[in-house]
Amino acid sequence: MKKELICINCPMGCSLEVTYDAEKIIEVKGNDCARGKDYAAKEIFHPERIVTTTVCVKGAPIVVLPVKTEKSVPKGLAFKIVQAASKITVNAPVKAGDVIIRNVLGTGVNLIASRTVERD
Amino acid sequence: MKLNFDALIIGAGPAGLGAALSLKENGIDDILIVDREDSPGGILLQCIHNGFGLHRFKEELTGPEYAERDINLVRERNIDILLNTCALDIISEENHKTVVLLSEDKGLLRAKAKVVILAMGCRERNRGNIAIPGARPAGILTAGFAQKMMNMLGHPPGNEIVILGSGDIGLIMARRLSWEGARVKAVIEAQAYPGGLNRNIVQCLHDFDIPLYLSHTISNILGAKRIESVEVAPLDHGVPAKPEGRFSLACDTLLLSVGLIPENELSLKAGVILDPATRGAVVDANLMTSVEGIFACGNVLQVHDLADNVSEEAACCGKSAARYLVGERVKKREIPLKTGNLVRYVLPACAEVGKEVIVSFRPISPAQNVTLVIKTDTEELLRKKERKIFPSIMHRINLKQIPENAAYLEVSFVSEEK
Ligand SMILES: Cc1cc2nc3c(=O)[nH]c(=O)nc-3n(C[C@H](O)[C@H](O)[C@H](O)COP(=O)(O)OP(=O)(O)OC[C@H]3O[C@@H](n4cnc5c(N)ncnc54)[C@H](O)[C@@H]3O)c2cc1C
Ligand code: SF4
Repeated sequence: MKKELICINCPMGCSLEVTYDAEKIIEVKGNDCARGKDYAAKEIFHPERIVTTTVCVKGAPIVVLPVKTEKSVPKGLAFKIVQAASKITVNAPVKAGDVIIRNVLGTGVNLIASRTVERD
Repeated sequence: MKLNFDALIIGAGPAGLGAALSLKENGIDDILIVDREDSPGGILLQCIHNGFGLHRFKEELTGPEYAERDINLVRERNIDILLNTCALDIISEENHKTVVLLSEDKGLLRAKAKVVILAMGCRERNRGNIAIPGARPAGILTAGFAQKMMNMLGHPPGNEIVILGSGDIGLIMARRLSWEGARVKAVIEAQAYPGGLNRNIVQCLHDFDIPLYLSHTISNILGAKRIESVEVAPLDHGVPAKPEGRFSLACDTLLLSVGLIPENELSLKAGVILDPATRGAVVDANLMTSVEGIFACGNVLQVHDLADNVSEEAACCGKSAARYLVGERVKKREIPLKTGNLVRYVLPACAEVGKEVIVSFRPISPAQNVTLVIKTDTEELLRKKERKIFPSIMHRINLKQIPENAAYLEVSFVSEEK
């Protein structure tokens, strides 16, 4: 099988021409660097994304706190992770890197704070 | 409060923070940074998506994380930041500048500084700048303002969204709103190619099956109190199609992502000359503007796509400002930098012979299989194959030494056949 992809690993955005079968990549053309090949394999067999969103925060000078998944998670779960985060409220102070939801939706990946906020 | 400084920096985004760190590293301690917001970090604080710092930290950070690294360094080095303070005017006096500041706590202040660094960032083009016909209902806002509403205030702007312009901010917002459960109906782009990066087209539009209409525009806005729909027209050589070729999209929100303009009102007041191509200051190789003692870096100088490049430019700016402060002001012969084939602009405006210079430039339009050529009137300094170039990707090249005999420097992209 053949598929055209655009590598999202860096701003070059190489157009990749990927040839693959049911379980493996046979050939990748158009990648300017080795990371493009890894991207093609991942994108075809189990696409993943880092998810970034916000949760509510109380007792701080700001009302919403930015959060992110510590690593990339299966692409299809992004929407559910954002929905799960929208139900959460945390209390200040919070440090960047603090775990907000451990093992979010059973992905094995933590949702962590991406900003430090002091108490008001 | 002390009102006399070696260096006063206006703006505490990555440009201002980076310039301060570099001044300090180069021996200048007497620094004040001012920012009109209530926390340092600039626009990065609302850019909660990842994609920052790949070059500088070899890590993929979110905007707030990237900002926090610089903020922590500035705090560790005891550099003062005065927040909730807006710079209103810069007046050149004999041996210093007077910067008029309006501070929430301290009222009107007149601070003196030997050098001023402009790091005010940019603002978004709005409907006034692009003149879309139709009604003036509520629900029309810039993509960056929508980003601030959502990511800093927790208010989604609407449920059914159309985005005009395919700049990166609009694309990032398309994903953000889709994840939040809003329906992004389309992105409309007047150019024949996307304004934003390919990677954002994939992860922000393709992932959500959001159509991108290239060579299309919005020819009318309908709605009484709140926007109800937009009329979309294909463009033929820039001219909108006849009414029968147009179609309508229902929506309650229209986001404008039609470009950024350096925030230079203050610079103009200070007498700084602007470049019509970048809308930022005309600077020499030391990033000093046309007004002696006033430097500029970051988005106020030229709109950058990567915060990493902003930090790099800020570091150069801080270093030259530090040299200027210790009295290294003698310049070697200066030569102009010119734009050649396919190059929209080159920054800085001039370079000194025998010295190093970092040149930034962008292509006018996308192209494939071209060769980047940087040459003087007598010799070629650099020749490099480029498989693909895009206006959305800035090039930055460090030239170690400009030949002593050069009369000018020219940057161009030439097609390979030639
Ligand atoms: C929506 C968006 C998405 C982006 N995405 C990415 C990305 O994925 N990856 C990446 O690497 N880069 C990205 N960038 C680019 C990067 O964030 C910017 O280029 C960078 O933040 C610009 O830094 P700056 O310091 O020049 O300006 P800013 O961060 O805008 O800071 C300017 C500061 O100056 C202050 N100021 C302005 N005028 C005055 C005044 N008169 N008095 C006092 N203070 C003043 C403002 O309050 C502000 O804090 C993005 C930019 C935007 C807007
Ligand atoms: S293949 Fe390499 S150079 Fe091309 S977009 Fe991917 S990471 Fe960037």
